[in-house]
Amino acid sequence: MTDWCMVIDLEKCVACQGCSIACRMENNTPVVSPEEAKNGRAIRWNDVFPLPVHIAPDQGEYPNVKTHYSTRPCMHCKNAPCVKVCPVQATYIDEEGIVRQNYDRCIGCRFCTMACPYGVRYFNWFEPQWEETLAEYRNPDQLSVNGSLEGPAVRPVGVVEKCTYCVHRLEKAKARAKAEGRDFRADEYVPACVQTCTGKARFFGDLDDPNSTVSQLSKSLRATHLLEDSGAHPKTLYLAEG
Amino acid sequence: MQQTLTLHDRDELLTPLYQFDRKFWTTIAALVLVIAPGILLYIRQLVLGLGVTDLNRPVFWGAYLVNFIFLIGVSMAGTVISATLLLLKVNWRRPITRIAESLTVFGLMTAGLQIIMDMGRPDRLVFTLLYGRLQAPLMWDIASLTLYLLTAIFALYLQLLPDIALLRDTAPATAPEWRKKLYTILSLNWRGNKEQWTRLEKAMLVVSIFIIPIGISLHTVTSWLFSTTVQPGWKSTILGPYFVVGAIYSGIGLLFIATTFARYYNKHLKEYITEKFYENLGWFFIVMSGVWFYFTLNETLVATTEQETLEFPVVAAKLFGEFAPAFWGMNLLMIAATWILVAPKFVSDKPSRNLFLQTTTGLAATAISVVIFALLSLRLPALSDPNLQTGLLLAFFLFFLLALLGVTKWLKTRLITATVIASAFVLFGMWLERWNVLMPTLTHARLAPYTTYHPTVTEIAVTISTFGILTLMFVVFYKFFPSVSVWEVEEGRALEQGSGD
Repeated sequence: MTDWCMVIDLEKCVACQGCSIACRMENNTPVVSPEEAKNGRAIRWNDVFPLPVHIAPDQGEYPNVKTHYSTRPCMHCKNAPCVKVCPVQATYIDEEGIVRQNYDRCIGCRFCTMACPYGVRYFNWFEPQWEETLAEYRNPDQLSVNGSLEGPAVRPVGVVEKCTYCVHRLEKAKARAKAEGRDFRADEYVPACVQTCTGKARFFGDLDDPNSTVSQLSKSLRATHLLEDSGAHPKTLYLAEG
Repeated sequence: MQQTLTLHDRDELLTPLYQFDRKFWTTIAALVLVIAPGILLYIRQLVLGLGVTDLNRPVFWGAYLVNFIFLIGVSMAGTVISATLLLLKVNWRRPITRIAESLTVFGLMTAGLQIIMDMGRPDRLVFTLLYGRLQAPLMWDIASLTLYLLTAIFALYLQLLPDIALLRDTAPATAPEWRKKLYTILSLNWRGNKEQWTRLEKAMLVVSIFIIPIGISLHTVTSWLFSTTVQPGWKSTILGPYFVVGAIYSGIGLLFIATTFARYYNKHLKEYITEKFYENLGWFFIVMSGVWFYFTLNETLVATTEQETLEFPVVAAKLFGEFAPAFWGMNLLMIAATWILVAPKFVSDKPSRNLFLQTTTGLAATAISVVIFALLSLRLPALSDPNLQTGLLLAFFLFFLLALLGVTKWLKTRLITATVIASAFVLFGMWLERWNVLMPTLTHARLAPYTTYHPTVTEIAVTISTFGILTLMFVVFYKFFPSVSVWEVEEGRALEQGSGD
C-alpha cells in the first residue's frame, strides 16, 4: 500500500517561502488583512518560521548573524492527535496515510487545533475573502469525496482546514493514468510545494517502496522528526542542518 | 400544633407564587437589560463568524470555554450535595434541596449554551449525534453532560412532584386557568397515598445514588478534554480530581449566594433557611478550601520543579508573567475567603479596643492592599525598580494581613454576610482558576510564537449575559414552584416532633 511521505532537507532550504506561496495559490487559502495576521489569524498551510520559535531569531552581532529557519507542512502523523479527538470524524487518515479534512462535516469545535502539537491546523474566523483580481486566480480544481468537498474547495466560515499533501493532485494523477489505461505510478504526483521548491529541498514519494527517494533519505543519519517526543509519529521527515 | 404550622408554612411559601408585584417585574426588566447586549452581539458573531472574538492561533479556546468549565463546576453543588445529604439522612438539608437541585439544572443548561456559542458551526450540532465518535473526549463530555442534565432534571422533578400536587390542590380561585392546567398535568395524578410515597422515596434514593458518580464523571471528563492532549501544562493526571474539588468548592459558593438571594427575595424564607444551614455547610466549605489548596499546591509545585523545558514557560507565566495577577489574585481571594469563614470562630463577640481589630482599620487596609495589588499587576515602567517592587510586595502583605485582622470582629456578628462575601470570593477565584488552567497553556504553544489573549466586547457581553440567563431562569422558575420543598420541610417537622426533639 502506498504510504505518502515528504522529506525536507533543511541544509538545502533557503527559506524563500516559495512553498508557502505555492501552497496558498494551489489550495485557495484565503487572504487576511495585515492586522488580522498580526493577531494570529493568518492561514498558512505551509509555514516558514525561524527556529527556535520562542527565542529571538537573530544570534550573533551584525553582520555576523545567524538564523535558522524551518518550513512546516502538515506532519501527516501515523498516530494523529487531531484525528483522535475529532468528535464527528471530520478529519481522518485515508488508506494512503494522508490526514484529510472534510469541510462539510467539521462542526468548528477546534479541538483538533488544540490537540495538534505542531499547530498545522487553521480555523476560518471569518468568511474567506479574496481581493478582486486574486479571486480570479483561484484554483478551479475540485475534490469531492462522497458528495462533500475537500482539498482546495473554498472553505465556509467556521471550519478547520489544513495541508492535505495536495490530495486533489493525487486524484488527478490517478484519473489521468486510468484514462490512459495504465497503472498509476507513485512518482506521477507531487504536492505544489515540492514542485516549486527553489533549493530542491523537498522530496516526496512512497515510503512503502524501498527504492523511492524518500525511503532512501529516511535512512539518512540526518533524518529526524519534528517534536519526536509528542508521540504522534509524524511522517514528514526533516534532514537536519549541519 | 403540627396542623397549624403546616398551614402557616403553605401560606408563606405558596402565596408569593401568585404575586406578580413590582419587585418581580423590576428584576425581570433588569435581567433582560443585562442579557440583551450579549444576545445581540452573539447574533453578530453568528453572522460574521468567530473572528469577532479575540481567539487566534494558537489561542483557539477562550472565555467561552472558561465559562463552560466554571458553569459545569458550579452545577456540581446542587444535586451532588443534596444527594449526599439525603443519603446521609442530614435533616438540615430539607429547606435547601430544591434550590440546590435547580441550580444544577440551570448551570448545566447555561454550560451547554457555552459550547454551542464556542462552535464555529452551531448549525451542525446534530452531527455529534449522527456521526459521533465515542473515542473522542468531546463526545464523552457531551454524553456525560446530557446524562447528568437528564438525571438532574429527573431528580428535581421527583422532588417537586408532591409540591406540584399541593399547588394543584391549593391554587387560589384567582389563579390563571393555564397555570392550574399546568400543575394538573405536571402532578401526574399524584394523590399522596401510601404506595405513591413509598415509590417516590425509593426512586429518590436510587437517583441520589446514581447522580453522584454521574456528577463526578462530568467534571473528570471535562478535565480530560485538556489532559488527553499533549500540550505543555495540561499533561497532568491530577486535573481530574482537581476539577471535581474545584467544582464542589465553587458549587457550594453558588448555593450560598442563591439561597441568600432567595431569602432576600422572599422574607418568609428566613424562617426556613436558618443560620444553622450557613453554619453547617460552612464547615464543609472550609474543608473544601483546604482540599483545594492542597491540589493547587500539588499542581503548581510539581510543574515548577519537574524541569520540563516546555512546561516551565507556562508555569513562569502564571507565577511571574502576564498571568501573575490572575494566579496570585486567585490565591489571595481563596485565602481571604477561607479566613472570612474560619477566623470569626476564634474571636469573642465583645467589642475590642485593640486598634488592629477595628473595622475601620480593616477597611482602610483592604483599600490600600487592593491599590498596591493593582499597581503591581499593571507593571508600570516607573515601578520597575526591583527594590521598589520588593518594598511594594512587603507592604502588600502587611496591609493584606491588617485587612484580614481588622474585619474579623465585624464578620463575627454577621454570619450570613460573611458567608456570602466568602462565596463571592470563591466564585470569582474559581473562575480565575479555570482561566489559569486554560490560558497560560494556550498562549504558550510549542511551535507558534507566544501570544496574548484579551476577551473582546462580544466575549465579555456574552459572559455577562450567560450569568444573567442563569439568574433569569432561577427567578422565573421560582415564580412557578416554591423555592423551599414544602413536603420535605413538613416531613422534617413531623420527624422532629415524633422523636420528641
